[in-house]
Amino acid sequence: MRLLILCLLSASIFLTIRQPVALANDLQPVLQENASVIERPSRQTAGIAIEALFASGAAGVTHFLAQWRDKQVWRTKEDGIFYFGPDARGDIELVDIDTGESAGTVSSRDLVQVKPNSGVRAVIDAALVRFQLSDPDPTVRAVALDTLERSADASQLIPLRASIQEETDPDLRSRKERLEGLLIISYGQSAEERIAAMERFKGDTGIDVRAAINPLLATRLEVAKSLPGDKNVARTLVPGRDIDLDVAYAMLVDADFAPAPVTRADRNAALVSHAADGRIGAILLETLNTEAARDAAYQSLAETGKVPPTVGAEERGSLLANHVFYEVYAEPDRAVTAAAVGTLNSINRAVDLNQLADLALDALSLASIYFLAAIGLAITFGVMGVINMAHGEFIMMGAYTGYVVQQFISNYTVSILVALPLAFAVTFAAGVLLERLVIRHLMHRPLETLLATFGVSIALQQLAKNIFGTQARPLTAPEWLDGSLAFNDIVSISYIRIAIFVLAVIFFLLLLFILKRTRLGLEVRAVTQNPSMASSMGINPDRINMLTFGLGSGIAGIAGVAIGLFAQVTSELGANYIVQSFMTVVVGGVGNIWGTLAGAGMIGSLQKIIEWFNPSNTLAAQTYMIMFVIIFIQFRPKGIIALKGRAAGD
Amino acid sequence: MSETALNTLQQRSFFLRNPSVLVFLAILSLLTLGATLMSEAFGIGLLSTSFIKTLGKTLCLCLIAIAMDLVWGYCGILSLGHFAFFGLGGYMIGMWLMYERTKDIVVESLAGQALPPTPEEIRDAIGTQIFGVVGGSEIPAIWYFADSLAVQLAFVVLVPGVLALGFGWLAFRSRVTGVYLSILTQAMTLALSLYLFQNDSGLRGNNGLSGLQNIPGLTLVPQAVISVWFLWASALALGLGYLLAAWVVSGKFGNVIRGIRDDEPRVRFLGYPVETYKLFIFTLTAVIAGIAGALYYPQAGIINPAELAPIASIFLAVWVAIGGRGRLYGAVIGAALVSLLSSAFTGGQVPDIPLGFATIQWVDWWTVLLGFGFVLVTLFAPQGIGGLVDQLVRKGDR
Amino acid sequence: MTSFTRRAALCGATALVSVSLFGKLAVAQEETIKIGVLHSLSGTMAISETTLKDTMEMLIDQQNEKGGVLGKKLEAVVVDPASDWPLFAEKARELLTVQDVDVIFGCWTSVSRKSVLPVIEELNGLMFYPVQYEGEESSKNVFYTGAAPNQQAIPAVDYYLEELGVEKFALLGTDYVYPRTTNKILEQYLKDKGIAESDIFVNYTPFGHSDWSKIVADVVALGADGKKVGVVSTINGDANIGFYKELAAAGVSADDIPVIAFSVGEEELSGLDTSNLVGHLAAWNYFQSADTDANAQFIEAWKARMGDDRVTNDPMEAHYIGFNMWVNAVEAAGTTDVDAVREAMYGQTFPNLTGGTAEMLPNHHLSKPVLIGEIREDGQFDIISQTDPVPGDAWTDFLPESAVLKSDWKDLGCGMYNTETKTCVQIKSNY
Repeated sequence: MRLLILCLLSASIFLTIRQPVALANDLQPVLQENASVIERPSRQTAGIAIEALFASGAAGVTHFLAQWRDKQVWRTKEDGIFYFGPDARGDIELVDIDTGESAGTVSSRDLVQVKPNSGVRAVIDAALVRFQLSDPDPTVRAVALDTLERSADASQLIPLRASIQEETDPDLRSRKERLEGLLIISYGQSAEERIAAMERFKGDTGIDVRAAINPLLATRLEVAKSLPGDKNVARTLVPGRDIDLDVAYAMLVDADFAPAPVTRADRNAALVSHAADGRIGAILLETLNTEAARDAAYQSLAETGKVPPTVGAEERGSLLANHVFYEVYAEPDRAVTAAAVGTLNSINRAVDLNQLADLALDALSLASIYFLAAIGLAITFGVMGVINMAHGEFIMMGAYTGYVVQQFISNYTVSILVALPLAFAVTFAAGVLLERLVIRHLMHRPLETLLATFGVSIALQQLAKNIFGTQARPLTAPEWLDGSLAFNDIVSISYIRIAIFVLAVIFFLLLLFILKRTRLGLEVRAVTQNPSMASSMGINPDRINMLTFGLGSGIAGIAGVAIGLFAQVTSELGANYIVQSFMTVVVGGVGNIWGTLAGAGMIGSLQKIIEWFNPSNTLAAQTYMIMFVIIFIQFRPKGIIALKGRAAGD
Repeated sequence: MSETALNTLQQRSFFLRNPSVLVFLAILSLLTLGATLMSEAFGIGLLSTSFIKTLGKTLCLCLIAIAMDLVWGYCGILSLGHFAFFGLGGYMIGMWLMYERTKDIVVESLAGQALPPTPEEIRDAIGTQIFGVVGGSEIPAIWYFADSLAVQLAFVVLVPGVLALGFGWLAFRSRVTGVYLSILTQAMTLALSLYLFQNDSGLRGNNGLSGLQNIPGLTLVPQAVISVWFLWASALALGLGYLLAAWVVSGKFGNVIRGIRDDEPRVRFLGYPVETYKLFIFTLTAVIAGIAGALYYPQAGIINPAELAPIASIFLAVWVAIGGRGRLYGAVIGAALVSLLSSAFTGGQVPDIPLGFATIQWVDWWTVLLGFGFVLVTLFAPQGIGGLVDQLVRKGDR
Repeated sequence: MTSFTRRAALCGATALVSVSLFGKLAVAQEETIKIGVLHSLSGTMAISETTLKDTMEMLIDQQNEKGGVLGKKLEAVVVDPASDWPLFAEKARELLTVQDVDVIFGCWTSVSRKSVLPVIEELNGLMFYPVQYEGEESSKNVFYTGAAPNQQAIPAVDYYLEELGVEKFALLGTDYVYPRTTNKILEQYLKDKGIAESDIFVNYTPFGHSDWSKIVADVVALGADGKKVGVVSTINGDANIGFYKELAAAGVSADDIPVIAFSVGEEELSGLDTSNLVGHLAAWNYFQSADTDANAQFIEAWKARMGDDRVTNDPMEAHYIGFNMWVNAVEAAGTTDVDAVREAMYGQTFPNLTGGTAEMLPNHHLSKPVLIGEIREDGQFDIISQTDPVPGDAWTDFLPESAVLKSDWKDLGCGMYNTETKTCVQIKSNY
C-alpha cells in the first residue's frame, strides 16, 4: 500500500508539471475506464484508480478528487456518464466534468451517487496532501497536516521536510516539526537519527508520540531450544508464571517440538472407532460413563499400539523445561529499542500522573452533578425532615422546560439563559404547590410524606410520557459549550461539564449566602433547629417551609437543565438520579450544605475510583458504591457532617 | 367469667379472639375452590389458564403484602426493599427449575451418542445450554447445588433470611431508623438488582432465568393443570402465612412490636431488646417474602433483575397503604385490588374513554390516576380501605 | 406533536383498535382475522416499541383498504406488556388463548422474546420478531425478520477491517444479552482474523448510563500504540445520547476513531444534535435515506399518519416485510392455521424497501442486504455500502459450540440440529 502511494505520488509530481501540455485531455474517458472502481470505491482499489487518473494526464484531476471525496459526483444509470452534482436528494443539477457547464437536471433516482467511504476518503486525502502542504492558504495546509497526523508514511517525510522551510505560520510550523520528529522515529534513515528524535519526546504525554514509539516495542512470542543470539530479545518467559502451561505446550506442538496432546474429543473419537459389538477389547462401552473409565480404556488401547500414546505430566514438564519461551522485538536494532524503552518509561510516568489528574477532574464533574441534583433534597430534608420522592421528577421538569424553551427560541445561548430561570420558576411553583397541597397536611408523618410524594412522582413521570412522548428529546448546548478544555491528550474536560461545575459552585455560594447572611436564612436555620421555638419567636414556620421547599425544588429544576445538556432528556431522567441523590444526602448528613458538598464529593470520587479499578464493567462500580454507602452508614449513621448537640434533634 | 377461664380462653382459642382470621381463611378456601371449579383443567373452563395464573400470582403478592404489613404496619419499619427477598426466593427456585429442565433435555440428546455420557459431558452441555445465550458456557460456582431440589428449597428460605439478618443487624445495631432506614433498604435492593444485572453475577444477567413454568419431570402435564396446582400451593401458602402473621401479632409479642412502632424509645426504656424484636420481624418477613417469590416466579415464567428494582418495593408499600396498614386483611385487599386493577387497566380490558377531541387511553393514564389516587388515599384515608371496612364493622356492632 | 394528540389522531383513523372483552363480543358479528401486537406501550422500552405498534396498525389499515386477507378484514389486538418481562409471557398467553389471535407481531428485547418463547411453543402460536438480535436461538414458532449477527455485526466488522483498516477494537455495549453474545462472537471472529486479544477492549455499561467521560477517555487512550482504533457500539437506547454527546465534546472525529453502532437508528438520532457526529457509522438492513420508490411511499404514508417529524427505521422495515410475507403466506395456504402458514412461509419473497428482494429461509431468518451508513447533519444516514443479500444464520459459524449447529424447520424439522452427530439436540428452543 505504502509503496503504491509512493510511486503514484512520484508519478503525479511528474504529471503535474506536464499538466499545461495535457490541457486538451478530457477526464471523462479516463473515468469511464475506471468506472467500476470510482462508482463503488474501496480502500484497496481507490489507490489504483487515483494512480490511473494521474497517469492519464487528464486535466482537473485534483479538482475531481476533491469533488469525489465530498460526495459531489453522480453517475447516470442510463449511460454511465459521470457528472458533478450536489450531495442531495430529489432533482439534481448536473455539471459536466470537463466543461464545467450545466448538463441539465435529473431525478436522483435515475442516478447513482458516488459515495466514497471514509477509508477511501482518507486515501484521496493522502493523495492530495502533496499539493496542500505548501498551499498558500494556511487552512488548506492545516487540513493537510490533519491528514498526515492521522496516518503518515515514509514517503511523506521528504516533502514535509521541504515544506517546513517555507512555513510562515508559527503554529503550523511547530506542528510540522513535531510531525517530522514522529516520522523520523518510525521511518528515520539511521538509528542515531531515530534515537535523537526519541530523546526529544521524553516525558511528552501526546498520544501521537506513544503511537509512534509503541510499535517499535511490539513483540512476538517465540519458542526455541535455546535463546537465539542474533535476535533482539525483549524478555524470556517462564512457563507457569509468565505464560499459561497449556498455551506454552500448544506453542511447542505448533513448532513441532512436542507431540500433540490427546484431547477429550480425540480420545472419544478413538474409542468409538475402535469399538465393536458394544465393547472395546474386554471393556463394555456402557461402562465408559466416567472420564476416568474412558482414560483407562484409551490407555489400554495405547498399550496395544492402536492409538498414539498420551503425553504424561512428567514428559510434558520436561519438554516445557527444555525449551525457551521468549518475546522478540519486531525492531531488530537493540539501540533503538533501548532508547524507545527509555523514552516510553519517562512518558508513562507522566501519563500516570496525568491520568490521575483526569480522574480527579471526572470525579469533580460527577460530584458537581450530584451536588446540584441532591442539594434541593438536602435542604428540604434538613429543614422539614421530609424526603421528597418526587424530587427526581422536578429535575425532569427542569430538563423538559429547557427543551420546550428551545422549541420557541432557536438561539441556543439565549434559550439556555431563558431556560435556567424559567426552569427554576416552574419547579419552584411546583414545589410550593406540592408543599401546600400535600406535605403540609402530613407534617408530622415523615414516612407517609415519603409515600405520598412517591405517588406524585409516578404520576408526574407518566404525565411527562403522555405529554412529551417516550422518545428522548434533544436539549442542545450552545455552540460555545461544544468541545472540551484539553490540557493535553490525557487531561481534558468538556466545557459543558465545566459549566455544570460553575453552576454548582454558584449555587453553593448562593445558598451559603442565603442561609448565613439573610433574614430568610436565619429563619430557615431556626426552623431547622427547633421549629416550635422558632415559631414562638415570631417566625412563621409554614411560610419558611413553603419557601424552603420551593427553593429546593427550584434548584432541582436548574439541575435538570444542566443534566439535560450532557445526557438524555427523558421522563426517566430524574429517576436515574434520585437514588444517587438520596445517597449523597444520607452520606453527607442532613441540614447542612457543607454536608451535601462532602457527600457529593465522596460519592462522585468513589464511583470514579471504583470505575478506575474495574474499567470493563461500569455496572459493578455502582453496586460497590451502594454497598460502600450501606457500610459507611454503620459508622456514621448521621452522615459525614452531622448536626451536633440540640440542633441534632432526633 | 372467672379470670382463669378468661386466660384459658385467651390462650386456647386464638381464633375466637381473631374472628377475622376465620373469615379470611373461609373466603380464601371458597375462592380457591371456586377458581378450581371454573378452571379449564378441573372444571367448566370459564376461567382461562392465563387468568388462573394471574390469580395464583396475585395470591403470592398478597402473601408478600402480609409480610410488608407485618414489618411496616405493625413494627413501623418502612422497608423499601422487600421485593429483593421476593426476587431472591424466585431466583433460588428458578435455578433448580432451569438446571433440571435443561439436564433432562441434555441427557436425552446425549443418549444418541456412541459412548454413554459422562457427568462432565452432561455438566458442560448444561452450561452451554443455559449460559450459551448470555455469552458464556461455564457453570458458575453458585449453581453448585442447583441439581438438588431440597437444597434449593432450603435456599429459598435461607438466602433471603440470612441477607435480612445481616442487613438488619447492621442497620438496627447502629440505630438507623425512619426515613434513613427506608432509603437504606431501597439502596440494598438497588445494589442487588444492579449486581444481578451484570452478566458476571452468574445468574444470566439481564436475561434472568426463563421458562420457569415448565416444571422438570412434568413436561407432559399441560399448563392448565400446573396452573391450578400452583394456585392451590399459593392459596395454601397465603393461608398459612396469614395464620402465622395473625398469631405473631396477637399475643404479647404483637403488643411489643406495636409499641416499637408507636414509640420506640419508650419500649426500649421499658427494658425490651428493641433491636432483637425488630431483627426478628425483619428476618421473618424476608423469609415469607422469599417463599412468596418462590411460588410466584414459576407461575410468571421468568425472573430477571428488573423485578428487584426499587420501584417494585415501593409499589408494595403503596398496596399496603391503600389496603390499610396494621390490619392483615388490609394488606391482602390492597395487594389484590391494586395489582388486579393495574393489570386490567394496562391490559386493555377497560374501554378507553373518547372525549371527542382526544381519547383517554388507560394504558397512558392509569399510572397517573394511580399516583394521584394514592396521594389522595394518604391524605384523606390514612387507614386505607381496611380502615373503611373497620368503620363499617364497628357501625354494624353498634 | 405530543403523543397525546398523536394518538388521538390515530384513533380517529383506526377503526378497530380497542382490545377488550367487549371487543370479543363485537367480533362475533363479523368474522375477522386477529393479529396480536405485543409491544410495550409504557415503561422503558415504550420509546422504541410504540413506533412498531403504530407501524403494525398502519400496515393492517393499508391491508384492509386493499380488501383484507382471504376476504376477511384484519383486526389488530393491541396489548401493553409495559416493558415488564413476565408480563410478556402473560399477555402472549392471553392473546393466544383468550383473544385467539392468528399471529403475533411483537417483542423488542431479547429477554422479552425469551419470556414469550415457552408460551408460544406450548400453545403453537406464531410470532414475528422484528429486531436485530444475537442469534443462538431457533424456535419453530418464531420468524426472525430482524438481522442475525452475520447480517449486521460481522459485515460491519469486515467493513472496519477492509475499508477503514481498523487494527484495534473497542467493543462498547450495554450489559445485557445482545451485546454480550454479539461481542463474544465478534471477539472470536476478530481473533480468527488475526487481531490479538490485547487489541480488543470490551466495556459494559448499565441501561440509561449517562456518565461517559471516563469511557471515552479510555477509548481515546487506546490509540497510544499507533494502531487505528475503531469502536463497535452495541449501546442501547437513551444511553447513546450521552455517549455521542461526550464523544463530540472530546473532539473525537469519525476520521480518527470511527464508531459503528448496531442499535442506533434514525429514531435514536432524532433525540440529539448530530452536527458533531457526522461520519460516524451504523449498520442496518434499512435506512430511511434509501432512495427507492417503495421506500418513498412507505415514508410518505408514515409521515401522513404520524406527523412530519417522524422517521422510519430498520425494525419498521422488518415488520413491513414480515407482515407482507405473512399476508402472502396466508393467501397461499388459504388458511390462517399456524402450521399451514409456517409451511407456506418458507421461500416467500418480498421486495425490500431498499431495493432487492428478501427471502424467508427454512431457518426462519430472512436474506437481506447489509447497509452501512454514515451519520449526516440532518440526523439521517448516508448509505455508503450495500452488500448483496446475506442469508441470516441462526447459529453463528464463529463459536465452536454453535458452528456445528444448524436450523432447518422445512426439511429437518429441527431448530438445533447437530451436523456432527446428525441428531436434533432439542425441538423446543433454548430459553
